[in-house]
Amino acid sequence: MKNVMGIILSGGKSTKLKELSTMRSTLAVPVGGKYRAVDFVLSNMVNSGITNVGVITQYSFRSLMDHLGSGKEWDLDRKTDGLFIFPPFLSDENSGWYRGTADAMYNNLTFLKRSNEEYVVISQGNCVYTTTFDKLLEAHKETDADITIMYREMNDIPVEELTNMGILQVDSTQRVIDFQEKPLNPNSILGSLGTYIIKRELLISLLEESVAHGYYDFVMDIIIKMLNKLKIYGYKYNGYWRSISSVQMYYKCNMELLNPAINKELLGSAKVFTKVKDEAPAKYNEEAEVKNSIIADGCIIEGKVENSVLFRGVTVKRGAVVKDSIIMQGSVVEENSTLNYAILDKNVTLSKNRCLKGEETWPIIIGKNVIV
Amino acid sequence: MIKKEIIALLLAGGQGSRLGVLTKNVAKPAVLYGGKYRIIDFSLSNCTNSGIDTVGVLTQYQPLKLNSHIGIGKPWDMDRIDGGVTILSPYLKAEIGEWFKGTANAVYQNIHYIDKYSPRYVIILSGDHVYKMNYSKMLDFHKENNADATISVINVPYEEASRYGIMNCHENGKIYEFEEKPRNPKSTLASMGVYIFNWDILREYLIKDNETPGSDNDFGKNVIPAMLNDGKSMWAYQFSGYWKDVGTIQSFWESNMDLVSRVPEFNLYDPEWRIYTPNPVKPAHYIGLNACVKKSIVAEGCEVLGTVINSVLFPGAVVEEGAYIEDSIIMSNSIVKRNTSVKKCIISEWVTIAENCRLGEGEDIPNEYKPGIYNSGITVVGEEARIPAGAVIGKNVMIDIGANEEDFTTLTVESGKSVFKGGVRE
Repeated sequence: MKNVMGIILSGGKSTKLKELSTMRSTLAVPVGGKYRAVDFVLSNMVNSGITNVGVITQYSFRSLMDHLGSGKEWDLDRKTDGLFIFPPFLSDENSGWYRGTADAMYNNLTFLKRSNEEYVVISQGNCVYTTTFDKLLEAHKETDADITIMYREMNDIPVEELTNMGILQVDSTQRVIDFQEKPLNPNSILGSLGTYIIKRELLISLLEESVAHGYYDFVMDIIIKMLNKLKIYGYKYNGYWRSISSVQMYYKCNMELLNPAINKELLGSAKVFTKVKDEAPAKYNEEAEVKNSIIADGCIIEGKVENSVLFRGVTVKRGAVVKDSIIMQGSVVEENSTLNYAILDKNVTLSKNRCLKGEETWPIIIGKNVIV
Repeated sequence: MIKKEIIALLLAGGQGSRLGVLTKNVAKPAVLYGGKYRIIDFSLSNCTNSGIDTVGVLTQYQPLKLNSHIGIGKPWDMDRIDGGVTILSPYLKAEIGEWFKGTANAVYQNIHYIDKYSPRYVIILSGDHVYKMNYSKMLDFHKENNADATISVINVPYEEASRYGIMNCHENGKIYEFEEKPRNPKSTLASMGVYIFNWDILREYLIKDNETPGSDNDFGKNVIPAMLNDGKSMWAYQFSGYWKDVGTIQSFWESNMDLVSRVPEFNLYDPEWRIYTPNPVKPAHYIGLNACVKKSIVAEGCEVLGTVINSVLFPGAVVEEGAYIEDSIIMSNSIVKRNTSVKKCIISEWVTIAENCRLGEGEDIPNEYKPGIYNSGITVVGEEARIPAGAVIGKNVMIDIGANEEDFTTLTVESGKSVFKGGVRE
C-alpha cells in the first residue's frame, strides 16, 4: 500500500477512563502487558505498508510523545515520510486548541498537501485490533466510494457502550444509509471502528469547506452532513476489536487477552510493535503460583497471580495474592497483600498486609506513583 | 575523523568447540544465553554502559548469525555517525589473503581500522564471557598507574588456577610475571582476557610479533610475555563479581541455572546496567490455567500450559498442556508438545518435540561419539531438530541440527548415543 498515508486521531478528553487518562492521552493507555493503545493502529498501518503517518494529539500528550519518539520501533524513522506528531499550536489563525477532529486535520493541512499518496486512512488511535488495511482499500475502490467506513457487528459489547460509538446502518450494497454519533438509543448494532479511507484531495477539500463554515468535527460535520451528497460506504470487519473508551472496556479488553483464542487472533500472527525497554526475562521464584495470566519481561514473582495482566517490571512478593487485576509497569505488591479486581497504574506500591478489592463491573483504580 | 580516547576490539571469532552442537553453525559469542541474550551481548553492553562508542568486532568462525545479530549496532546505541560498531572479518590483501592466525594477529590485521581513530588507548575484549564490568574504571586505573598495559584479573579457586593464564604481581598490582596455565600456580589471579593498552605501544609490539617466526600470534602466549620481558609497565586490575567462561556444555548449563536462584549472583535486573540485545517483536508471555512455573525465567512470547521448574525459556518457547520441563534450557521458538517430559536438557532454537516423549532419563553414560563434550548428564538437541512422538531419550545424548523423524531409526535412544542428520557423522 505504497499509495496510502495514515492519520491517527486521539479523540476528545475521556472522563470515562478516570485516573487512567488524567495524566496521559487515551492513545498512551497501557494495554496487554507491554503495549500502549496506539501501538495497535500504528502497527496495523506499518503492517499495511503505510510509511507516512501523522498522529494528532490534544490532551496530555507528553507520555505519548515519549512513547512514539522518532518512530524507530515502528520502522518509521525515515528520510522521506515516516512519523509526524501534531500537538495543537498557536498561530494567527488558530487558537492553540483543536476544536474537533476536522479542525485538527485542517490545522495540519500542510502535512496532507505536502504528501503525495492518493489515499488517506484515518483511524482512532485508542482501539485494540490487528489487521491490515489492504482489503479496506480494495473495497473502497470496488464500490468507487468517496469515503469508506470500517464497521463491525458489536454483538459482543454491552449495549450501554454502544452509546459511546458511531452507529450506522447499511443497505445491501454496503452503502451507509444512516449514521448516528453516540446515540442514546442505538438503532442498530453496527458500530463504526472510527477508521475511514478517503482520497487525499477529497479530504483536503472537505476539510477546507467544513472549517470555512465553522464546522469542526469529522464525524458530525462531514460524514453525517454529507451522508446523501457523498458516496459513503461501509466495510465490514469481523475480527476482534475493542475501543478503550471506558474503565469497564479497558478492563474487559485486558481480561479478554487471557483467553487463548482471542490472544492468538490478536497477537498470534500479526506483529505489534512497541517501544522496547530492554528488560530481562521474567523471573519466577520457588513460591510462585501463576495461573491464566499475562506476564511481561522484568517481572519478579514470588506470590500468587491468577487471571491477571502484569506489565513490565512488576514485583509480586511472597505471600501476596493478585487476582483478576491489571498491574502496570514498575508497581510492587508487597508481602501478604491481596488484590482483587484492581487496576494499579505505573509505579504503585501496595504495602505489606494491605487488601484492595473492587468489583468485576467496577474495578478499583490506583493512580500513578501512589503508595497504598 | 574525530579522535577517540579509547576504542574497543572485541574478539568474536572463537569456535567454542567444546559446546558441541550448540556451536556447529554459530560462533561461540553468538550462542544464546539467559533467556534472551547472546553471549556477545554482555561485552557489547559493557561497552555501551562504560561509554565506549567505537567497537570493532573481529569475526572469523561462522559469522552469519553474529553479523545479523549485531547489524548496525542499534540495540547497543552504536549506530553512530562517528565510530559505532564495525564488523571486521578476514579479507584478501594485494599479495596474500589469510585468516586471523591468533588473537594478536587478528588485531594486527586491523591496525588500519584502529589508526583511523588514532585512539590513545585500546581495550581488547573477548566475546566469550558472561559478566558485567565497567571498563571506564579499569581505564582510570590504567591512567593512574601510568601503565603501558593493564590486564583485568579475577580471583579463581586454587584448584582451577592451572586452567588459566595467571598473573603474578606485587602488592600494588604491578605484574612481574605471567604464566600460561601453570602446573603449580603462584597466585590465583587469572587473566579475564580483557586488556587495555596504550595504542602506540601495542602497535609496535603487534608489528614486532608478526615478524617473529614461530610466534602463535597470541596475546596471552606472545605479546604479553614479550612486553613483560622488555620491562614495560604492566598492571593487574582486580575485578570482583560474576564472570564466567561458558566454554563447556556443563558450564553453559550451570551458568544459565545460576540465573534462576532466588537472588542470583549475576543480576540482570539492574536498571543502571542493562544488557542490550535485539528485542523480539513478541507479546508478553502467557501462563495457562493449569500451568505451574517455579524457579524459572521466562521470556516474551512464551506460552506455558504445562509445568516448568528450574528452567530457562527463551522468547517464543511453547510448553503444551501436561508437558513437564525441569532443569532445562529451551531456546527461542521451540515447542514441547503434550505430555512430554524434558529433564536436564538443552534444547536449541526451532526444535519440535512431539507428544509423549521422555528426554533426559536413564543412566549417566558419557556420549560415545564425543565423550569429551557430552559427559555431564546433559542431553543436547540441535537447532530445528524434530523429535518424533513417543521417543525416549537418555542422558548425554546429542541430537544433530535438523535431525527429523526419519533420522530416528528407533524411538529409544539410550544414554550416550547420538542421532545424526541423515544418519551421517561429520
